[in-house]
Amino acid sequence: MKTSQILVRYGELSTKGKNRSSFIGRLRDNVRQTFSDLSSIRIKAERDRMFITSDNEEEIQQVIDRLPAVFGIQSFSPVIEAELDLEAMKQAAFKVVDKLEREGKTFKVSVKRPYKEFPHEKMEIMHEIGSHVLRNFPELTVQMQHPDIELKVEIREEAVYMMAEVIAGAGGLPVGAGGKGLLMLSGGLDSPVAGYHMLKRGVRLELIHFFSPPFTNDRAKEKVFDMAEKLSQFGSSVNLHIIPFTKLQQEVHKQVPDNITMTSTRRMMMRVADKVLEETNCKAIITGESLGQVASQTLESLNAINAVTHTPVLRPLIAVDKLDIIETAQKIGTYDISIRPFEDCCTIFTPANPKTKPKLEKVEYYENFVSFDELIQEAVDQREIVKFPRVKENEMVYEDLL
Amino acid sequence: MIYLDNSATTKPKKEVLDSFVKANEQFYANPASLHQMGNAAEDLLEKARAQIAELLHMKQVVFTSGGTESNNLAIFGTAYAYQHRGKHIITAVTEHPSVLNSLNVLEEQGYEITRLPVDSWGRISMEELKNSLRNDTILVSLMHVNNEIGIIHPIAEIARLLKGTQTFFHVDGVQSIGKVAFDQTAMPDLLTMSAHKIHGLKGSGVLAFNQVELKAVQFGGGQESGLRSGTVSVPHAAALAKALRLAEKNPRHEGWNEELRRFFERYPNVRVVSPETGAPHILSIAVKGIKGEVLVSALQKESIIVSTSSACSSKSKEASHVIEAIRLPHNYKDGVIRISFGAFTTEQDIRDFKKAFERVNRLIKGV
Repeated sequence: MKTSQILVRYGELSTKGKNRSSFIGRLRDNVRQTFSDLSSIRIKAERDRMFITSDNEEEIQQVIDRLPAVFGIQSFSPVIEAELDLEAMKQAAFKVVDKLEREGKTFKVSVKRPYKEFPHEKMEIMHEIGSHVLRNFPELTVQMQHPDIELKVEIREEAVYMMAEVIAGAGGLPVGAGGKGLLMLSGGLDSPVAGYHMLKRGVRLELIHFFSPPFTNDRAKEKVFDMAEKLSQFGSSVNLHIIPFTKLQQEVHKQVPDNITMTSTRRMMMRVADKVLEETNCKAIITGESLGQVASQTLESLNAINAVTHTPVLRPLIAVDKLDIIETAQKIGTYDISIRPFEDCCTIFTPANPKTKPKLEKVEYYENFVSFDELIQEAVDQREIVKFPRVKENEMVYEDLL
Repeated sequence: MIYLDNSATTKPKKEVLDSFVKANEQFYANPASLHQMGNAAEDLLEKARAQIAELLHMKQVVFTSGGTESNNLAIFGTAYAYQHRGKHIITAVTEHPSVLNSLNVLEEQGYEITRLPVDSWGRISMEELKNSLRNDTILVSLMHVNNEIGIIHPIAEIARLLKGTQTFFHVDGVQSIGKVAFDQTAMPDLLTMSAHKIHGLKGSGVLAFNQVELKAVQFGGGQESGLRSGTVSVPHAAALAKALRLAEKNPRHEGWNEELRRFFERYPNVRVVSPETGAPHILSIAVKGIKGEVLVSALQKESIIVSTSSACSSKSKEASHVIEAIRLPHNYKDGVIRISFGAFTTEQDIRDFKKAFERVNRLIKGV
């Protein structure tokens, strides 16, 4: 007897009418990619549910552990396989129920018997398995209508399949079903959480990060790499575009008064992002901005920053409290990476008194003295693109040492 | 020389030494440094940590200088962190001095220590352990395999007993890891290991733990999540990870243990101190009326290296606390020696040992 199969129930998909099959195909591809390291896994996506099968129990356990991170899944159930034999079925039933929370719960057995040659009738099987379970777990009470636990038994020619456990999936939509957006990823807490929310709505991500060598160091870069790696674990790979930003930053500091450098710097970032967006076929810029957190996140400031682009700028966290953002970051595992204390390009030249209500005309006036276009194009052209999940070069050396 | 003192320490494996040397050559940067070299060293350190955690089936791993430091950190770390819950700690009288002496210090600070007695094989009674547990018991600290006589404590059974209670379970696994199987379905909360007992390097060990908030006992730059300040030795960490990966239960030890047991039965003046169900790599015996030290010297003349019951206490003149605890008859008490096998022990070593012992025993009788 073994767990050999996982039955997956789709999320919001079931309401999607004509686009249904493309949603299902996308989910299947994402599941395949998530488990590309597991060689024995087979995936069969049907109209209403998906089956993940394997002969390798360890790999099935891996699937059970990692599947809750994949978007587009409502819930899933490990299925236990038993021989076509009443005693074996009882034992399997025991194993299935033994894993569940039972105190004060109601219970029933339901049987499907597509294999008609099986020498026992449906009622007899229900009775035998039901009473075996109740003998072993007297805390359960039988209830035929809407029980808490329904032990489903399906008798097929090759084996008997049983399940009762229902594990919650991540919900949302399969990543990629909603097109592609460009996430401005800093080293902070907010931007990865913003990315997570978009992933959950099915949006694939390209990541853009502004890097200011030699003022920011490798640890800061490593931090962003780790963040990108984390974001690549929600069912879809991501590309990280690392923009060399030093020259632009220095030019801004030369041209504009101190208290509006921050606004101006962000406008430059937005312009760079817009160019990368075109090249990568993204349809929106995504930021981790949240109203009122810092000087650049006032409505006036957002206005001044936003004025350089016509692209939709999505800000999924705009109205979310910091504490809620932290909670999500902890839940999705980006918190520990975010709190690593390295300077990023936004913090190396922070002005003492940034304007919280910059005037757009003024910003435009000061920027007017120099054409930033060339520098922006140069930054875009010289960007480094790294794909995640990533295989590190040092991995081989480490393996030898350990 | 035939080395049969592997419970005191083992010879490092070549692969482990290679790792250590290479890591020193290539990854000598401080893993806490910001630059690229520090980054690479940190990467290696974290890989080593993850590998060790996986092999030990524990969640968190702190690198230490070895078993003693790990035991100290486990005991003081939990005692100080959870003193609001209670100040009662349970251990056994046969524990390693790094545990017993730590607990003595805590006792002076107002903690209450229950030291469980053992029977003549060195076993604690589960009944007595159960009865000693109280609402304010914060820690049970026991070794998995006793270093002097090889008795195995039922770790999984105790872990299950303590599951769901407020009491943490610390296991000193120095003599068992890599040699005696752990029941992975019931692991302790804290686990001590030392590299040099599994053909790794002296001066390195780990404390592995699950969901325990420890208070630091060493202060400085806050390395190792603040639990063990001081520049982390990445080469030691890598070598330890390698030693642990290469460590394996040696099925031949059991056979030799059994073989020597039968061999010693032929001598009326020899008594086997280790229990039949003990760890396969340790066999302690006592020779009537003869001091252990005399036996060690006589065997050494025959090119056999063994030790008196524990290397730590072998220089003191008194019988060890473990031998006292199992109430060995008076005329045997001073004559305990420990024979312990390692990965490099061979069939021939055992044959040579038997011949040498025969000669030594004949000599003894002549005295």
